[in-house]
Amino acid sequence: MKLTLKIWRQKNSNDKGKIETYPVDNVSEHMSFLEMLDVLNEGLVAKGDIPVAFDHDCREGICGMCSMYINGEAHGPDRGVTTCQLHMRKFNDGDTIYIEPFRAKGFPIIKDLVVDRSAFDRIQHAGGFVSVNTSGNTQDANAIPIPKDDADNAFDAATCIGCGACVATCKNASAMLYVSAKVSQFSLLPQGKVEAKRRVLNMVDQMDKEGFGNCTNTGACEVECPKGISLENIARMNREYLKASI
Amino acid sequence: MAILDSKTPAGPIKDKWTNYKNQINVVNPANKRAIDVIVVGTGLAGGSASASLAEMGYNVKAFAFQDSPRRAHSIAAQGGINAAKNYQNDGDSVYRLFYDTVKGGDYRSREANVYRLAEVSANIIDQCVAQGVPFARDYGGLLDNRSFGGVLVSRTFYAKGQTGQQLLLGAYSAMNRQIGKGKIKMHTRHEMLELVKVDGKARGIITRNLVTGEIDRHSAHAVVIASGGYGNVFFLSTNAMGSNVTAAWQIHKKGAYFANPCYTQIHPTCIPRSGDYQSKLTLMSESLRNDGRIWVPKNMDDVMAIRKGTKKPTDLSEDERDYYLERRYPAFGNLVPRDVASRAAKERCDEGYGVNETGEAVYLDFKAAIERYGNETATISGEKNASLDRIKELGEKVIENKYGNLFQMYEKITDENPYKTPMMIYPAVHYTMGGIWVDYNLMTTIPGCYAAGEANFSDHGANRLGASALMQGLADGYFVLPYTIGDYLANDIRTGPISIDTPEFVEAEKSVTERLEKFINNKGTKTVDYFHRILGKIMWDKVGMARNAEGLKAAIEEIKSIREEFHKDVMVPGGMFELNPELEKAARVSDFLELGELFANDALMREESCGGHFREESIELDGEQKGEAKRDDTNYAHVAAWEWTGDPSKSNLHKEELTFNDIELKQRSYK
Repeated sequence: MKLTLKIWRQKNSNDKGKIETYPVDNVSEHMSFLEMLDVLNEGLVAKGDIPVAFDHDCREGICGMCSMYINGEAHGPDRGVTTCQLHMRKFNDGDTIYIEPFRAKGFPIIKDLVVDRSAFDRIQHAGGFVSVNTSGNTQDANAIPIPKDDADNAFDAATCIGCGACVATCKNASAMLYVSAKVSQFSLLPQGKVEAKRRVLNMVDQMDKEGFGNCTNTGACEVECPKGISLENIARMNREYLKASI
Repeated sequence: MAILDSKTPAGPIKDKWTNYKNQINVVNPANKRAIDVIVVGTGLAGGSASASLAEMGYNVKAFAFQDSPRRAHSIAAQGGINAAKNYQNDGDSVYRLFYDTVKGGDYRSREANVYRLAEVSANIIDQCVAQGVPFARDYGGLLDNRSFGGVLVSRTFYAKGQTGQQLLLGAYSAMNRQIGKGKIKMHTRHEMLELVKVDGKARGIITRNLVTGEIDRHSAHAVVIASGGYGNVFFLSTNAMGSNVTAAWQIHKKGAYFANPCYTQIHPTCIPRSGDYQSKLTLMSESLRNDGRIWVPKNMDDVMAIRKGTKKPTDLSEDERDYYLERRYPAFGNLVPRDVASRAAKERCDEGYGVNETGEAVYLDFKAAIERYGNETATISGEKNASLDRIKELGEKVIENKYGNLFQMYEKITDENPYKTPMMIYPAVHYTMGGIWVDYNLMTTIPGCYAAGEANFSDHGANRLGASALMQGLADGYFVLPYTIGDYLANDIRTGPISIDTPEFVEAEKSVTERLEKFINNKGTKTVDYFHRILGKIMWDKVGMARNAEGLKAAIEEIKSIREEFHKDVMVPGGMFELNPELEKAARVSDFLELGELFANDALMREESCGGHFREESIELDGEQKGEAKRDDTNYAHVAAWEWTGDPSKSNLHKEELTFNDIELKQRSYK
């Protein structure tokens, strides 16, 4: 395949940045999207040019490190996958592909396609935990039975990989899906109920401080989420927030 | 050659840990506030250690090269975590878990460490549940288990195919609580590039801020290395792209012995390589072998026809297929351990029977399972005389319930439907049992420097059982290190803060800066990946699944020369003081190029076959086990711990003899 890539290049956070054009050929349809970028980069380095910087690590869709806005969609055109799992067979020979960083006030650009998602960590510091110390004497794991449905729903919420596609996709750059996934996981489990009120208030407060927008129920986040995190979590978080506020 | 002291406590094995904990020094809470601990790596071992140490009152400085502790590669573990809970009442016990782990490791691990691991395993599950880790449960609300890796009991706890993710997020949440309290100072996008020793003790590290490029000094009273394994020395592995040996290798070069580097686990069920551009390999859970049958064609004509695309695997009749695992190992069949299954696939492909363009793939076929389950379902639901299509439809539903997410992942990557055509699989480098040598306290041969999780060597011997890596990472971080480190730090309560302005820190920082500047100023002609690929190919071809003296000697020479060429001709664009992924890679590959040579030397020294280490010269020559691995307990029942001398091929070998008082040494047989 031959492709034309239009890639956002930005030296650092102070640089203005612009789209540059790169032709690539010898792209195999079996390549992953990131392997295609590897080929581009190896060519750039061989010429002594600066390669395109992008975040990536596990390359199997679980670490949440890779990002990118591809042809106007977070993680590109395929559904239920991260950019590292997107394959070139989803594109056609001769295509022009636009590649941009995730854009949101809460995710400042570091370089090229690399953004700073530390705001997500700070929201977790505010309350994304159960206050239990490590000890050899925690009560037995089976001491509190948990209904299977609750455990399964908590698990589904907990599979969020923290990639930020929800924020990048949302017209309000809202982090509600991300925050509600953690709030939901703990509010569904007996271990998390004890401090549920403090948690939801503190996490939402931090989310607001980080400059993420509010939710207006467009549902785009759910569509683009590579892990299929459900909008129900946002509804649950809103209920938890209301309960904690009155 | 000196004998290494493991500092294993005396007494019966079941009392060692308890008695030891009662006797070691502890630091009082007020003094802990005056003590700093550095933790490098925030996966299961580093994350859990950071959280626990901070909860106890130490000031923790944690480091990760990713943008968040949650990205560490522990997150990719699929199958589960073992624990001797005996919830299933199937006779499991601490002893049985201990026994299985030592035997599975082919009798090359330290008994006392493994027993302690089994002992604390149950606490791990309790701790994780208390943190809100959503393990799988049954309809009674209690925890569910599955069996794994050919052991005889169901002791594996799991969260669908994402157990590693859930456990890591548990450790991450425990860290977050301490970060919020200010007890952990988290440094993301920082890479450790050197250890600082003061008066022979580990007192700090030098890091590079990967965003700004600044070189920083960090001091502490003790340093914990939890930086994972070194599978990426093979270039292609199931490790993450950034997984590296640098932190471990840098402490090795400062005096920490490196143990059994040649013990590598090659996992049999990975998606095969599809081209030269390939950047990494993807694992498919071992659980697939419960229902899949592994085969290649019997006749070379069929192999060629399949490669050309004139025949499909489904065109071949039963007697045209060679179910080679069932043929060679009738007792265990497709469920032989990982090392055995991997070598058997390589044997067939080396003979030319590989079924894809690269010649490195075998089939994993679910047809029989689909029909079996389909028939069962039809019988249960009373569908008499169901057509074959109907039976297949029913069977595919059962398979989807069991492995749906794996089948979907396979289809996304290969664009083939594994319900209709057999999967193609091939072995890939997955885990490294070898690592930094540690004593019973998890302390390396450098006072005050510890190694935990995959980065150390201690618990898995020459082969790791499935679902044991997560157990070990969390055992080290939650329950072992937080106790044993106190014994050392109790002597440091009067030391006061460690200055970063001493000559040792200045010197270490200078050395790092010079090393990196050299890469930038080298202005060679070839990329870092070019060299990494060559190294990977040498390692895979000559130091991979099967090794012989001739190949290993050749590999050592080839690695030396490619390392020389690397330092002469590597090209690193960009500068020091910016985000520069090529510079990061150059520093990592530079260390891999040294480790690779030590690795080959270790494999050359060990003239026996054990676990994942297979020497072609050491096989059974006759009898029922003809052609199988032959262990040599008389000469090699020891840990090989290598001391750096400046040249990987001239490293000094130190032996820790392994004694087995509580287990009888036996040959592993799967015939």
